[in-house]
Amino acid sequence: MNPPPSGIEHARNALVSTLLICEHCDTVYRRRPLACGDVARCARCHAVLERHQRISLNTMLALVLTVMVVFVQANVWPIMTLGFNGEQIHTTLWGIIAMMWQEHSQVVAVLAAATLFFFPLCKMLLLGWLLIYGRVGRRAPGFRPLMVTLHYLAPWTMSEVFVLGVLVSIVKAHLYFDVTPDAGAFAYAALAVLITIFSGIDLRQLWEKIPETAP
Amino acid sequence: MSALPRAHELGLIGCHICGLVCRDTQMPDAACPRCGGSLHRRAPGSRARTWALLIAAFILYIPANFLPIMRTASLGDVDDNTILSGVVELWVKGSPDLAVIVFTASIVVPMLKFLVLGTLLLSVHCGTNWARTQRAKLYRLVEFIGYWSMLDVFVVSLLTALVQFGFFSQVEPLPGVVYFGLTVVLTMLASMSFDPRLIWDCKEEDD
Repeated sequence: MNPPPSGIEHARNALVSTLLICEHCDTVYRRRPLACGDVARCARCHAVLERHQRISLNTMLALVLTVMVVFVQANVWPIMTLGFNGEQIHTTLWGIIAMMWQEHSQVVAVLAAATLFFFPLCKMLLLGWLLIYGRVGRRAPGFRPLMVTLHYLAPWTMSEVFVLGVLVSIVKAHLYFDVTPDAGAFAYAALAVLITIFSGIDLRQLWEKIPETAP
Repeated sequence: MSALPRAHELGLIGCHICGLVCRDTQMPDAACPRCGGSLHRRAPGSRARTWALLIAAFILYIPANFLPIMRTASLGDVDDNTILSGVVELWVKGSPDLAVIVFTASIVVPMLKFLVLGTLLLSVHCGTNWARTQRAKLYRLVEFIGYWSMLDVFVVSLLTALVQFGFFSQVEPLPGVVYFGLTVVLTMLASMSFDPRLIWDCKEEDD
């Protein structure tokens, strides 16, 4: 049984569905339904207002699970192997982080651990949690603070930069050593592709797609 | 252009966090009913914070460029690399195309950020109408490409972890890379704290 909406509640809900404010210049628009592939742009500053979101919550959950599998592989398997005089050195992400810590660059070790491991991991776990409930139309426990956390985490994941870093180091090390990219490097490449797919998804839509239910 | 109404003219506020359109109650501690974030017409102290972070980033950017970021030692032969000399080495010995990418990520992007954010802040202070659409585009560009500057930090980390052949060949990180990593983080924070809506507030006393 839902309680009847109060006057304020009603006015708020009416605003949500019909209006849209450009984040970049504060221009107010009336919302229009978008067809597949459509992108609404601000007439004043040309920023993207809204994209048509063709990916359903179920698809999104599937994507998150795929990213998780690939993420585990990228972190467990060695990224590349260096050979020199018959000696071979493999490295994984955590090997890199530990090495930077030992070599007196703790700041770099912390940055790498945060942007390549903890933040992406948190992002996926949070999103997975929200979507497991969301696909059956319910808000997960802690929906509000978790959505806010996701908003602040978003710019701080850098796996795709790391992929380019792997490429550059392979070329640099190839001048003097025998380098072979390992399975981890390919897992990272796959991760970069998945992240690119994800970047087209506006996570704010979850606020509307998973409506608040009465407690 | 004046046909496009702006949020404050209609008494509305867009939530910074979840994007919800809310009524402007004029209260100092208004909160978004949907996500609980505080509602502001403009991000509070945006200019001062952006200036502070940008200046701090610039101060760290000087040692980041002049101090070496990586030491390559091979058979007692020690070679210290700065960001620029790393790019030159890649250009001469390896692949020029990759050198262009590294040059863009480590030198062009940070410089562009300083120039663009500095210009945006100065133009917002003047309250000028000049090239607003282009300035808004530049801001979005800077926000989008900002984190790619971490490339060099990751390359140094990867090489350090891999090249550990004792006396024969060894790579060590040097302090330059720490300064560079911090510069990237600070410029990212600076571009996030800049409120692009200020570009469109000409001759208005909003802050």
